[in-house]
Amino acid sequence: MATAIVTVKDFRKQYGSFTAVDGISFEIHEGEIFGLLGPNGAGKTSTLECLEGLRKPDGGSLQIAGLNPAAESQKLRNLIGVQLQAAGLPESITPREAMRLFCSYHNVAPRYDLLERLGISEKSQTQFYELSAGQQRRLVLALAVAHDPKVLFLDEPTAGLDVASRVELHSLMEELQAKGTTILLATHDMAEAEDMSDRVAILLKGKLAAIGTPMQITATGAGLTRISVRTECDSLLHPVITFPSVQHFKVEEQYIIYFSQNVGATLADIMASINLHKDTIIDLRVERPSLEDRFLEITSRGGVR
Amino acid sequence: MKAFMNHLAFEFGTGVRNKNLLLMNYLFPLGFYLLMGFIMPAINQPFRETLIPAMVVFAILSAAMLGIPDPLVNARENGIFRSYKINGVPALSILVIPVITTTLHLLIISFIITMSAPLLFAVTYPVNLSGFILTFIAMAMASCGTAVLIGVVASSSRMTVLWSQLIFVPSMLLGGVMIPYSMLPGAAGKISQILPATHAMNAFRGLAMGLQADFSAWGSIIILVLTGIFGFGLALFLFSWDSRNTRRRGPAWLAFLVLLPSIAGMFFLG
Repeated sequence: MATAIVTVKDFRKQYGSFTAVDGISFEIHEGEIFGLLGPNGAGKTSTLECLEGLRKPDGGSLQIAGLNPAAESQKLRNLIGVQLQAAGLPESITPREAMRLFCSYHNVAPRYDLLERLGISEKSQTQFYELSAGQQRRLVLALAVAHDPKVLFLDEPTAGLDVASRVELHSLMEELQAKGTTILLATHDMAEAEDMSDRVAILLKGKLAAIGTPMQITATGAGLTRISVRTECDSLLHPVITFPSVQHFKVEEQYIIYFSQNVGATLADIMASINLHKDTIIDLRVERPSLEDRFLEITSRGGVR
Repeated sequence: MKAFMNHLAFEFGTGVRNKNLLLMNYLFPLGFYLLMGFIMPAINQPFRETLIPAMVVFAILSAAMLGIPDPLVNARENGIFRSYKINGVPALSILVIPVITTTLHLLIISFIITMSAPLLFAVTYPVNLSGFILTFIAMAMASCGTAVLIGVVASSSRMTVLWSQLIFVPSMLLGGVMIPYSMLPGAAGKISQILPATHAMNAFRGLAMGLQADFSAWGSIIILVLTGIFGFGLALFLFSWDSRNTRRRGPAWLAFLVLLPSIAGMFFLG
């Protein structure tokens, strides 16, 4: 059984009379990439900030590697790495200086190789305010991982990154995971969460709306599988043919798109109809509901069914 | 210690690299010094005796009051304190490093002023160097301590300007930099004893320049040192990591306690 390195139990956070997080519980296992999803105001940032030791919880308990972030924040510093959403570096610091400064506070040798790896070595003597938004984010990421943290917090890590940097970041995340680093990924990018996360939790109005693997979460929804078909003679289009297992359909260009919960039955019906009309398939695509579809479903109805 | 030294080296470089700090640490004091050096001794002979301390006090006020608070507020507002906290930078370093680096810049600029003024403007050189250095250190402590406190409690950059100017402008008018203390009307002179500049000029006169102090020069040194200790201690107590500066260990009005030594001095000094 996997060991929990992050434990959140009945965690509550309030700002005056406003309850930002309302008694959530979950565990993150060692070496796992855990996605934390939710719309703005769902309580993600409060959860992250309390786990990082920046704020104190108002109820429940939080633990990272057996440490209480609120009471043992100094001990926690070398165990966690944090990429904050806001860059948070002095405007005149250069990447090289920042690497030297932060590594010295973590008591490790500067990892200038990470600047190379993340494509900012050419800018290593450029002041922070002169770096592009993407370069600033990559620098903050390099600083977050430079001391080989056991748990890495990434808050919107790919925001403002170009495609190449994004790919590099994902490859770095996989490499860190292979070395045993646990990663807590807070993101609005559903595709990224689905691709990268072993498990995800969806927060909504301070409560845990769903938790599980991306596959488990998408499977539990009412989402319909999308089956797009294009044939040689358009036998499904003229006249339009539909089947009992199909919930609804639409026509786009020369494709007919069926939405179905019973994928097997619908596919069998499609094949039978095409054979009957002696037609030929040009293109057939079956797309299961994505995490984004499921997320929208959960957030639009305001919670878990 | 290595981390502290790295941080110190970075912040010292920032004092020259950052255009605002370069202005407050060097360009503004040097420009004002050259202007005053050319004009004042010519129209006011006694100013030759106090040009050096007056310009050193001006440099300290400029670098500390105008140079320290705003970067602290900006760093807090831009989440730099949070980033520092996450990476294990202690609050003490955040507050003490600007004080040390500003003092180092002040040493350089004061050295330039002290060495060049007798040559450029034929003004009086300090007769007691150790008294001069002691007064410089005491004034730097008081100004930097107060400036750090302003940076910690000010709610925004605009408020730092207000608070800093509330000290800087009266210091220029009443602090003995432009007009000697002895020429101020009685009440104005008494009120001016609340300003670190007044005590610095008084101590420079009595302990460094071979002139008659207007009141106890050693009393002024004690008040300056206590102001520095109070200012820095209160800054450390009221420091907040929070970018919105909403969570402190005490109310912001506690910062006024920094005035206690100088208020006490108003009663006990002549």
